[in-house]
Amino acid sequence: MTSKLTLTKSNNIYSLSVEASTSQLAKVRDFVAEHAERLGLSDKEIGNIRLAVDEAYTNIIKHAYKNIPAKPVKIELGSDSSQLWISIKDEGESFDVQAYNEPDIRQRIKNKQRGGMGVYLIRKLMDSVQYTRTGHMNEIRMIKHL
Amino acid sequence: MKNFGISIREVKNIRVLDISGELDAHTASQLENSLKALIDQNEIHIIVNCKALDYIASAGLGVFMAYIEDVRGMGGDIKLTNMSERVYNVFDLLGFPTLYDIHEDESEAVTGFDK
Repeated sequence: MTSKLTLTKSNNIYSLSVEASTSQLAKVRDFVAEHAERLGLSDKEIGNIRLAVDEAYTNIIKHAYKNIPAKPVKIELGSDSSQLWISIKDEGESFDVQAYNEPDIRQRIKNKQRGGMGVYLIRKLMDSVQYTRTGHMNEIRMIKHL
Repeated sequence: MKNFGISIREVKNIRVLDISGELDAHTASQLENSLKALIDQNEIHIIVNCKALDYIASAGLGVFMAYIEDVRGMGGDIKLTNMSERVYNVFDLLGFPTLYDIHEDESEAVTGFDK
């Protein structure tokens, strides 16, 4: 039983396809948390991964797809002995990571602005974050070292 | 199905919102509607008790960002209390503890309004 589990951990990639909708947020969070738990991560690390994935998926809904419903999002998760990786793909507008500035929360409160905090949180919560665009597909790839 | 809930009670003329469950981009509008309704009625001494809040994403924090200036400008405040360590950590990562009045216990926030 133990050896089978090890094999699963090293070879399998788990994927979940959902439409871009905030109604799917809890489902997406639970999907990644379930697999992170199997890898023996601590509750704190699992919480961090849940939040990072929530923020990335929320950004896709709001910014890549501009809240247009029924657009596709694919979440993949895999791991080897040294890392857990999570990839989220969409076909919406690309995100220019170079143009992103760390949010000044005090200023945003003053201007009654909200948002703009997700990318910053993802960077804080994960060990590595990469954004790529291939053809019409955007990918955010987040890595947590094990 | 996990959910989000709000109930409102009154303590010494302060409106206390007990929020529970998961606060994310899907459920944030419920908190926003409740806060907005209070502010529209000029109820500006507000405590949000997070004791039963299991999870918060930045969309939840965004609701507090949108209303705190108005409420303070009217002479009131939105104070936050009873957060779990996990929930507090999200506020902390974004630097909220220096900008918001956050207390370990609701009674401290009630006292804070007396001052």
